[in-house]
Amino acid sequence: MKNRASGVSRPASHAPRPDNSEARAGWLLTAPALATILFIALFPLGWTVWESLHEHDLRMPWLGRPFVGLGNYLTIMRDERFWQSLGHTALFSAISVAVELTLGLALALAMNRAFRGRGVVRAAVLVPWAIPTVVAALLWRFIFDSQAGIANVVLSNLGLLHQPLVWFVRASTAWIPVILADVWKTTPFVALLLLAGLQSIDQELYEAASTDGASAWWQLTRITIPLLKPAILVALIFRTLDAFRVFDLIYVMTGGGPGTSTEPVALYTFNALLQNLEFGYGAALSVIIFIVTFGLAMLYMRGLGVDLGDSRAGKGR
Amino acid sequence: MRGRIAARVGLVLLVLFAAFPFYWAVVASFTPEATLFREPSLWPRELILDHYRALFTERDFWTPIKNSLIVALTTTVFCVTIGAFAAYALARIEFSGKRAVLAFILAVTMFPQISIVSPLYMLLRSLHLINTYPGLVLPYMTFAMPLAVWLLVGFFRQLPRDLEEAAMVDGASRWQSFVRVILPLTGPGLATTAILTFIYCWNEFLFALSFTLGPERYTVPVAIALFRGQYQVPWGQILAATVIATAPVAVVVLVFQRRIVQGLTAGAVKG
Repeated sequence: MKNRASGVSRPASHAPRPDNSEARAGWLLTAPALATILFIALFPLGWTVWESLHEHDLRMPWLGRPFVGLGNYLTIMRDERFWQSLGHTALFSAISVAVELTLGLALALAMNRAFRGRGVVRAAVLVPWAIPTVVAALLWRFIFDSQAGIANVVLSNLGLLHQPLVWFVRASTAWIPVILADVWKTTPFVALLLLAGLQSIDQELYEAASTDGASAWWQLTRITIPLLKPAILVALIFRTLDAFRVFDLIYVMTGGGPGTSTEPVALYTFNALLQNLEFGYGAALSVIIFIVTFGLAMLYMRGLGVDLGDSRAGKGR
Repeated sequence: MRGRIAARVGLVLLVLFAAFPFYWAVVASFTPEATLFREPSLWPRELILDHYRALFTERDFWTPIKNSLIVALTTTVFCVTIGAFAAYALARIEFSGKRAVLAFILAVTMFPQISIVSPLYMLLRSLHLINTYPGLVLPYMTFAMPLAVWLLVGFFRQLPRDLEEAAMVDGASRWQSFVRVILPLTGPGLATTAILTFIYCWNEFLFALSFTLGPERYTVPVAIALFRGQYQVPWGQILAATVIATAPVAVVVLVFQRRIVQGLTAGAVKG
């Protein structure tokens, strides 16, 4: 985090005065990528917003596509299933992100010490991050599936369960494997982000503190965590963004069930769109997800002052 | 000293926690279906290849593997090539509007996929691209292109500026200095970007689920998620499939772990 600085509009410190041919080259080189992104991301987003103002049910094409203004949004406000799915998403995000950050910090601190076999640890934690979420979901579903599954056997043998549980028939127990799978898959990412932050902390601070007889706890709470705050914030926002959009994991593990008791907003939206073919209503749900995500993203870019200039290039790298 | 031992024990436990589901899936994928849930044992008692055989004979698992490879490789090649030009300009050339472009690209990396599923569906349908390879490559670029550009900008910025300036003083055009001087030096960065882009495409689920209609175009994640047995969940085959889907990614990660970590943290932490 050495170079975090400045706001979006800060000019690069040593930039040569842009001349016309340079500007043309810049836009020319950027154009293909930019055009692609505009065509396949921004244009569809605009379409979603427009669609959300219409009633459009693909199952009933004879109704046409009447303009209903904010009608879909008003319906959403009274839609109990929407509020429930929002609650599920919030619950899932809060618990999984809290666990991942705590565990990720502990892991980063442990990995930051030089030791033999560091490569092994890094590889071991990186593999869960790299595999498809669908696969992670299935691995954990298998562990918790069936009354004779390994989770039930182990927990019973340890005396933690009196009788085997059928984990996926009740929302209260179904959340446990879901959150565990998410923690398993994403803690490595958090740990690696925090580890990169840790490695940029000046070691002399610790040496000085140790000479002054400061305890390990004092060093953690007074040096490490304050200096790590930017990295923690990045991890927090990245994870919250991801958790808020959770889809694959729950689609595969519970399908949102039993009933709709573990259904997150993204899955509800997916069902409205591609199961019920309510394109207008689904679009309105999509817009709401977008607004929340975008709000979080802005928070990230503003709050951290992401460096968009190339000030780093000039600092003798 | 006590702290060091605690850290070690913690790490060992963590590695076990990370590795156990894989181990368990591998064991189960070689276990007969009938004994999967009968007195599960941590050590395999009987190893069979039936699930793997069934996967490729009854389920034709080659097809999703082929589909995933085609889609992920095509997307990666497109995004890294087109992305490299854009990233070079954004990292090295001063032009007005550049910061807005960078901010826009960063914002798009955070787009929720679900928000554009329905318009993309309509768009692909009107282009007759539903259930085709281009019908997946195009949507995949929504997340892969900004990701590739963003990572590459970081790599280009790390190169010393003097290099191309020296080349340009020697009479090379900007294009020549880019192709002859900058690109070769960015090799490792391009490779890292390609690896990460490929992994993201290989793992993608929502678009593949929405824009394919049948097994002939399913990607690996969709095929595995939609495995159905006649009477019950065919766990043996599912787990054999997860092992196969994981193995290539695991190998890539083990070989390139340093690069991957560098790319991941460069993209996020250094902004």
